Amino acid sequence: MTLDDILAGLFPNGSSIETSGAMISGQAVLSGGGPIHVLGITQGQPLGVDEAIVLAGRLIEIVKSGNRAPILILVDSASQRMSKRDELLGLSEYLSHLAKTLLLAEAEGHHTIGLLYGGSAAGAFIATALATGTLVALPGAHPAVMDLPSMARVTKLPIDVLKAKAEATPVFAPGLDNMVRTGGIDVVWDAGAPLAPQLAAVLQRPQGQDDRSRLGAARGGRRKALEIADRVVALATASHQDARHG
Amino acid sequence: MTAATCNDVSLSWYEASARQRIDALVDAGSFCEFIGPELREISPHLAIFDLPEQFDDGIVVGRGRLDGKAVLLAAQEGRFMGGAFGEVHGAKLTGLLRAARALSQDVLILFDTGGVRLQEANAGELAIAEIMRAVIEARRAGVNVVGLIGGRAGCYGGGSLIAGTCSKVIISEQGRLSVSGPEVIETNRGIEEFDSRDRALVWRTMGGKHRFLIGGADAFVDDEALAFRQSAIVALKISPGCDVAVLAAEQARLERRLQRFGEVEDAVEIWQTLGIDQPTEIPARPTGAFLRAANNRESADDAR
Repeated sequence: MTLDDILAGLFPNGSSIETSGAMISGQAVLSGGGPIHVLGITQGQPLGVDEAIVLAGRLIEIVKSGNRAPILILVDSASQRMSKRDELLGLSEYLSHLAKTLLLAEAEGHHTIGLLYGGSAAGAFIATALATGTLVALPGAHPAVMDLPSMARVTKLPIDVLKAKAEATPVFAPGLDNMVRTGGIDVVWDAGAPLAPQLAAVLQRPQGQDDRSRLGAARGGRRKALEIADRVVALATASHQDARHG
Repeated sequence: MTAATCNDVSLSWYEASARQRIDALVDAGSFCEFIGPELREISPHLAIFDLPEQFDDGIVVGRGRLDGKAVLLAAQEGRFMGGAFGEVHGAKLTGLLRAARALSQDVLILFDTGGVRLQEANAGELAIAEIMRAVIEARRAGVNVVGLIGGRAGCYGGGSLIAGTCSKVIISEQGRLSVSGPEVIETNRGIEEFDSRDRALVWRTMGGKHRFLIGGADAFVDDEALAFRQSAIVALKISPGCDVAVLAAEQARLERRLQRFGEVEDAVEIWQTLGIDQPTEIPARPTGAFLRAANNRESADDAR
């Protein structure tokens, strides 16, 4: 599906979206008539300091505007831009800042939805899609931390061995199914059905806690994360009470 | 009430293990670990790769006192799998941050990490995302989350993004803070873009002095546990929170950085633009002289 097809399918009532390089930004009308903010990084481009600051600036404007309309961020990116210039200027701060503005928007009452419709990897994935309140994907999306050939170099294992191991566990290999099973992606939409009602269904759900580790446990892709985190919370709470009453 | 016990152990932060760092940082004898190595909560994934596990999965989390104040702490062990985030490793930090929010207690994160552990890459990546959300939720509840960077493995990849969510960052000269590591940039873009064996280039592009000078870190300290301790005590005195005003100020700060330095080729040019006398001497300056030279640095002023 092209970006234009996706936007047309999501917003049959119309949208006004500007393109600036690999970034898009604008507004659309939901099927119920309400407004939704739309932004994104497209065309499989890397996310560097210049892109992150523009997207974050737009998100801050939205939060400052005071309306609490939902925010959709469309993602088809590469990884973070790997360059001397980006690192010299402090890329980690720019990517974190973008993620923080998304987390701020969610906390301030905007429903933030990520729609992964292409690739995304590593720092770019963390700073965009993974910083939203709910992340959905279209079939064919391909999230990755690192591609298998690079992983083979780093782990010093032949790629055939890695492929065989990937059959046994969803925990390391790139791909949409693995990211669903580990709980990172809430749901994969049906590309053959109208998109607008599928977006409306996500927006109808109340905003809540981060439930990705619960999803990962329920789907069998990440069996330990929820249990370990919960145990640390319980131990910290118990030791706090001991310290107060001891 | 117990009086604060002074900790006066002299220790190189860079050389120390995670446990040594915690012991030297907090009030003497005050640390109590959650899910310690005796429980053997190891990674369930490393055996698939025939790799050895560690009983604490490379991270120590627990509670202690800093100058008498109750704090929660996490310390990564850079000597195990490069301090990388796997499923168990990451979940211990996520839980600690969720507890911090619930209990309104400050958190110190002692970073020492190459980023996501590739053998469990999806779980590690999601752990990073969960930790960043938990940091922001804790900060919005008034909790300080302070990052300390000066370990062997640096603070790379997803670790650097977590550091960017902290309310304060303390760094030493040895601390390196960067998303892509030198080898990753060289592999992807060629040796003309970045020569990973040029150590001077690595330090002046990613090292603690440069990060302090551009406002990427709030405090610059000696490679000494006591210096990190004193700086952490100061960092906990104010709670800036994380609302739209804070992030709008960070937006302005990061835009200004791009305007001032966006066209330069090398860190030395940035230091020159900052008005530093003899900028090429910055890497050689000892802490006192460096801090005096850093007078005109870009400061974050709680805009993070």
